[in-house]
Order: sequence, then structure tokens, then C-alpha cells
Amino acid sequence: MKELRLMKGNEAFAEAAIRAGADGYFGYPITPQSEVMEYLMAQKTHERTGMITLQAESEIAAINMVYGGAGCGKRVLTSSSSPGISLKQEGISYIAGSELPCLILNVVRGGPGLGTIQPSQSDYFQSTKGGGHGDYKLIVLAPASVQEMADFAGLGFELAFKYRTPVLVLSDGAIGQMMEKVELDVQKPRFTMEDIKKNTPWATIGKTPDRDHNIITSLDLDSLKMEQHNHVLQEKYKKIEENEVRYEKIACEDAEYAFVAYGTSARICQKAIELARAEGIKVGLMRPITLFPFPKKVIKEMTKKVKGILCVEMSAGQMIEDVQLAVEGRVKVEHFGRYGGIVHSPSEIVDALKKQIIGG
Amino acid sequence: MAEFKTNPEILQPENLVYKRTELLTEKALSYCPGCGHGTAHRIIMEVIEEMDIQSETIGVAPVGCSVLAYEFMDIDIQQAAHGRAPAVATAIKRLFPEKFVFTYQGDGDLAAIGTAETIHACNRGENMTIFFINNGIYGMTGGQMAPTTLPGMKSSTSPYGRDVATMGNPLKITELVAQLPGTIYVTRQAVHTPSAVRKAKKAVRKAFENQKLNKGLSFVEIVSNCNSGWKMTPLQSNEWMVDNMFPFYPMGDIKVNDDK
Repeated sequence: MKELRLMKGNEAFAEAAIRAGADGYFGYPITPQSEVMEYLMAQKTHERTGMITLQAESEIAAINMVYGGAGCGKRVLTSSSSPGISLKQEGISYIAGSELPCLILNVVRGGPGLGTIQPSQSDYFQSTKGGGHGDYKLIVLAPASVQEMADFAGLGFELAFKYRTPVLVLSDGAIGQMMEKVELDVQKPRFTMEDIKKNTPWATIGKTPDRDHNIITSLDLDSLKMEQHNHVLQEKYKKIEENEVRYEKIACEDAEYAFVAYGTSARICQKAIELARAEGIKVGLMRPITLFPFPKKVIKEMTKKVKGILCVEMSAGQMIEDVQLAVEGRVKVEHFGRYGGIVHSPSEIVDALKKQIIGG
Repeated sequence: MAEFKTNPEILQPENLVYKRTELLTEKALSYCPGCGHGTAHRIIMEVIEEMDIQSETIGVAPVGCSVLAYEFMDIDIQQAAHGRAPAVATAIKRLFPEKFVFTYQGDGDLAAIGTAETIHACNRGENMTIFFINNGIYGMTGGQMAPTTLPGMKSSTSPYGRDVATMGNPLKITELVAQLPGTIYVTRQAVHTPSAVRKAKKAVRKAFENQKLNKGLSFVEIVSNCNSGWKMTPLQSNEWMVDNMFPFYPMGDIKVNDDK
């Protein structure tokens, strides 16, 4: 039986992670995501499911704990907010390079630098183009509700283990802090030792005579082998692009114009659609749910029907580059951003649509 | 070259006085001839073999000369980012509390870039073992100054000798972690002579046995030579180590607190 609760986005994510059978959480406090670890600690996860919750000495230590746990075939996760996620990039690169599954939550705040504690979407490039050093990608899920914060904890683990890759849930301070009704899944069992042996035979669990020793590493001093390893990674990302694109289209059937927006911006665009349609402007919303893989084909297809696209982002214009690549100049694409912790109002989005797309 | 001939009659089990532990792989060590890493690897693997805990042991290799330790140690092992081995090992031990978990780290890894991870893993009293190989230099990157480089000691980034006024003092991190309530056994050893090897092996054994007590972290420093980095012959480097490193990094147990 599913359970209905009123929760903050950060709490819903934490509760859903427990229910998804997480084995370990390793984190460091930073606003606006500290409720994740606070909730897990208050839940006494070790008594509840056997899950470890550990406050690390830094974001760097936390992501490297995730590396260690993931290398053991366990379901492990961390969470942070923008400056902390920047600190984790080296570790994330190692995790991607070593092909380990894990879940990372970024509750984005405005930047650059220490920036602000208010919501933003200015970590899009960092999240979708790699982030750390080397050629790698993360699967990036962008929740637009407390419900999706909960849903993407489970989905994130599932995709992470399916592809042996880190999965990033790219949220923001608004989704993390706001309270909504959320339907929670039933408790899944944590992995048994038998599950780990069967599903992750590469995991370091202690070498037995029936197999070679397992090594978790991202290093190969032989460049030809390293190139081959990179081929394997790129093939995996291609497969992810073919199979894991997720998106939502709202009011697009008769739309002459479209917003492209994710997360909090997408929520505000829904209100903007109501306002615009009341004025007789037929506008719809294309909401990417996966930011990598980006729904390129769907956006390209939309250009057959719409006259112009407005990218609404709480950034100076990051996702618009992916939209432009998908549109390939077929229709007008413009960016409308608020940033530094400012959230758009629905009416200014409608104004921007009129000025930049319809009138422009 | 004369062909090496073995008299098959002497190849009898009762004549066997030494053999390589099965827990070292067939791969040729990547260390310079004369370096102490090979001996340190060997005694750790011998202890794991003698305790019969291969299937219950997970190691963590560092960045540095021993980055490829995972190629030589025939156990399940993870290679950590520079300095992060204690964090990686923390998670492994917390998730598998019944396993034996250890890190193997050099001085740059453990006492410079990884200082925070070292101190905090020790302070939390993680029930694992840290092996710390201190040769006072960054060996793999070509002999730069390390946190443990002695005052006046030359390296490629202290070519006129370590000037403590501008470069800081060498860090006695082993004495430092001994102050923390989370450590139960802190010792400093060496592997340059047969008797030192025997003592160091005893310390390694004790450090692993301690994990059964579940009372905190065991920290074994091995002061070692770097004949290449110090630009000496292996013999000279061992003599230099005894004359210069040992007075600054004295041998022996620093903390023993493992009452059952």
C-alpha cells in the first residue's frame, strides 16, 4: 500500500531513499539541502533498515565514501547544494570512470561562488556536460515536484545500477524546501550478500578462491587501454540516450508557441500558460525530465508545429544551448532568465513570450 | 650467461625456508630496486595469509608510487583519489563491519592532501587499519618536497634544502593521530633490516587483530627509503634513513590501548 504524506522535497527524497533500500548516506551540511541528512538521522536509519547515515568531514570525504560504498555493490547516496557539488566533482569523475552506481542530489542555489541560498538553475552545464575532468556524463533527472523528488530516488538507484553510472537528481532550493502531498512507495528490501554477488560480481566484497580479485579503479597507464575504456563509456552514454529520455508535454496539442523549462521554472510556466491562454495565446510546455539524455528528438519534432520557443531558466542561459542544437535554426529560440536566487513570476514569462517570440 | 641449474633433490618441502606469499600476484613490482614498498606489501599480505582472512579483507590503494598496489595484492581492493583512502575505507568498513579493511598510503597522500580524511577517520575511531609509508618525498611525481621532508633536506621543489621558515616544518602526523581518542594502536616501524621487518610484521599483525576488538583505528607508520628520490644507492639510502630520518621519526609504539 502506498502511503500519502505532506513533506518537504528534501525530506521526501530522504524518505524515498530509505524505502528504495539504500544502504548508506554520506553527506555534509549545506543550505538549502540539510534536511536530507537531518531527516535520515532523525529516522535512525540503522535501526529502521540497517542503512548507514554518516556525517562526513567535508563534501569531498562524503563523495569518496560514496565511491567506497558503491565499489562494494551497495546502494549509496549523497546530497549537497551547488558549492558542495563543485567540491564533489573530482570524486564524481572517479565514480564515473570506475563505472560505479550511485545517487547524488543537488539542491541548487544561486552562484557563482558562495552565491546565495535561494533557488537557481545555474548548475545545468556542470550537471549535463560532465562537471569534473574527463569525458563522462551523468544521468540527470530534474524533479518539478515533491512527488518527483521521492520518485527519482528510487528511479535514480534503478538507472544507476542498470548502467553502472552515477545518477544526479538536479533539484533546486524551491523544490527542496516546499511542502506538497507525496505518495510514498512501500519499503524495498536492502541488497543481501547473495544479491550483491549475483548482480554486481565486480564488487569488492572479499576475494574468494572461485574468482580473480576485484579491483575498483579508474586508472590505466596504457593509453590504448584507456582509449578502449573511454569507448566503453561512450557506448554506454549512447545507449542511455537511446533508451532513457524522459519528458512531459503540457498543452502542446494546439500550441503555436512553446516554453521549454524544467524543475521549478516548468512549474511557473504552467501558470504562465494559463495566463497566456486567457489572452488567446496558444502556448504549451515541453518539460525535459532527463536533462541528460536531453529530449532532442522531441524538441526537433515540435518545430514542425510551433513558431517559436522560449527557454525559461533560472540561469543566464544554459539549457538553451541544448534546445538550439535540437532546433537547428528551424524556429526562433530565445532565453528568458532570472538568476542569482530570483524566481520568475508567471506574468513576466508571458511578457517575455510576447516581446521576445511573438512580437520579435 | 651461465644457465641456472637447480638440483631437484633439494626441492623438498622440508627444505623450504622461504617462499613468496600466495597473496602477492605474479606481476613484477613497479617499485625501484631497493625501495621499501615491496617489503611492506609482502609483510601485509603474509599477515593476511597467516590469519586466513583473504576472503574477508578489502584494501584501499592510494595515489603515489603505490597507486598500483592493487595489481600486486591479490585481494579485493579499491583505488582511491589522492588523499581520500580513509574516507573510502570508512564507507567500506561501515557497510561491511565484519570485514577487515585497510588503507595503504604514502606521506603526500596521507599527510598533505588527505590530512582531513586521515585526522577525521582516526578521530571517529573507524575500526580499520591505516598503513602509512613515510619516505619524506613525493616519489612518483619525481622527488618533490613532502609534508614529511626533513628540515634542510633537498628535493626537486626544495633544491636548496627545506627552509622551515618559508616551507614549514615536517608534519609528525603519527604523533598527532596518537593524540586522538579514536586511535587504539599507533606505531612507527621500518623494513630496512631483517629484525626491523620482523618487528614491523608483528605490528601489522597486531593492527589487523585489533579490528576484531572493534575499539578504534590502528595506525602503522613505516619509515622507508626512496633511493631514487633521495638520489642515493639503496644501501646509502638505508644508512641515510637510519642517521637522519630515525632521529626525527623515532621507532616504536606511540600508543597501545587495546585491552580486551
